[in-house]
Amino acid sequence: MAGGEHLEKDDVKVAGKEKRVMSSEVVDSNPYSRLMALKRMGIVDNYERIRDFSVAIVGVGGVGSVAAEMLTRCGIGRLLLYDYDTVELANMNRLFFQPHQAGMTKTDAAVQTLSGINPDVILESYTQNITTVEGFDKFMGSLTRNIKGESLNGKSGVDLVLSCVDNYEARMVVNQACNELGQTWMESGVSEDAVSGHIQLLIPGETACFACAPPLVVASGIDEKTLKREGVCAASLPTTMGIVAGLLVQNTLKYLLGFGVVSKYLGYSALKDFFPTMEMKPNPQCTNNSCLQRQREYEATKPARDAAAKAEAKRLAAEEAEAASVSLHEENEWNICLLDDEEPKDVRERIPDIPSSSGNLPQGLFRELPDSEVLDKSVISSESFVDPEGDLEDLQRQLEALNAL
Amino acid sequence: MDGWDASTKSTVTKIPLLTTRAGPRDGAEWTKRLKEEYQALIKYMEMNKANDNDWFRISSGPDGTKWKGKCWYVHNLLKYEFDLQFDIPVTYPATAPEIELPELDGKTAKMYRGGKICLTIHFKPLWAKNCPRFGVAHALCLGLAPWLAAEVPHLVDTGMIVHKDNVTATKADA
Repeated sequence: MAGGEHLEKDDVKVAGKEKRVMSSEVVDSNPYSRLMALKRMGIVDNYERIRDFSVAIVGVGGVGSVAAEMLTRCGIGRLLLYDYDTVELANMNRLFFQPHQAGMTKTDAAVQTLSGINPDVILESYTQNITTVEGFDKFMGSLTRNIKGESLNGKSGVDLVLSCVDNYEARMVVNQACNELGQTWMESGVSEDAVSGHIQLLIPGETACFACAPPLVVASGIDEKTLKREGVCAASLPTTMGIVAGLLVQNTLKYLLGFGVVSKYLGYSALKDFFPTMEMKPNPQCTNNSCLQRQREYEATKPARDAAAKAEAKRLAAEEAEAASVSLHEENEWNICLLDDEEPKDVRERIPDIPSSSGNLPQGLFRELPDSEVLDKSVISSESFVDPEGDLEDLQRQLEALNAL
Repeated sequence: MDGWDASTKSTVTKIPLLTTRAGPRDGAEWTKRLKEEYQALIKYMEMNKANDNDWFRISSGPDGTKWKGKCWYVHNLLKYEFDLQFDIPVTYPATAPEIELPELDGKTAKMYRGGKICLTIHFKPLWAKNCPRFGVAHALCLGLAPWLAAEVPHLVDTGMIVHKDNVTATKADA
């Protein structure tokens, strides 16, 4: 396996003992002045909070590395980076990595570049596969440590997990970990033909999990059957990957800092410049047990959520009433009139009915894999199945006997 | 079942189906699943031997998460043999095992980094449809066997792999 000698290594790099002050002073030498301006302009209430957040990025490839750079430049508190691959010259059509880094593990190369860009960010690199039993345990162990490296006894120590992997298997593993931890995460993907992509927000119990329904992908507008695959596994473009990374980190900033509307699902079709959106409820028949557990917990909080929503509506109504009672200036010599600057609450074009995980899909989206089918017992006889009896050691001996033949 | 030849199709339907939906972190349920995996593999291997189409050897460690073995393919009367390995992923059987032939890493485009074989677009949909009924034996029959049949002749023709007898001959000449 590539980079095998690094497999067991956890490299925790705490760059710079003391972080620089996040100043809003507008001078050329202040790296945070343009970010802190978001606060002055009223876009973000408290930008400094960005330092309190830990984000795990799984997959440091075409999307993950760019997302990591964006969050590093934004001054995120801590980044946890996961990948088992090494940098190759074949990656140079994408952003971030440089030819002189070929041969390094992607995590080491990323730490090298990111710590140079912003030494205030705490970077942890995990050069490992997460899909194996041992890899998964290490993955869970790292996610359940806080910023000081202390174990939280199975509770998540990160604020968000970003899945930037390139395969279904690894996405299902991130889904498993986040369902078990009750950890909100965002999934991202770029199609194998490089001309479509998507991001998706997953809140265990509240939204569909990744196993609730087969994965959703954006139609590229190309007939799959005409797609030539000879001699290639996947195509990629720096543009599509950069756009998807940008959409992912934008959604991340909105989610963490609490501004704007956080997208539940946002697709991107490059050929048509089409951006479908949608939302998905969890599947009560999901095959993932942790998902079902989180669904039950979410259901149990419904009375509290309803009460909170009611109180919020009341507060808004009171605020509105107060605003209406403030009289206009009695004198208006110059006939000055201000435009109503109240923004519509939700500028996105909403899909009128939220599809459930098995429901109809908005135009331009389709399922990548089929649902598992229930077998027609009248066609398949019981003899088609294995016999549930038998002793494991005996079976192992039988197979070894066949191996020896 | 588009995308497979008639003999693969008829073989796969004869491999017994599995019933337990359990992965390596599911304790006793996994042991149950593992027994089913062995039963399906034994039946498949017996079938191959009976049909004079024996093409792999396989065994796992005691917990059934790591599998190792050999597989081979005969091309122009010469037998090409490769090491075979894979892990049972934590999300099994929702996701199929990713079969690796480490010796061929970097020799073919139909392979991901680390030597994982690149399966056809038909494999994952069929696996998803048949979850949890398909197991390791089905993955070998529908994934690895067609891959070897397509890739080994190509690797030989392009000189990326050389039969071991010819390697010795070349060395002796030198």
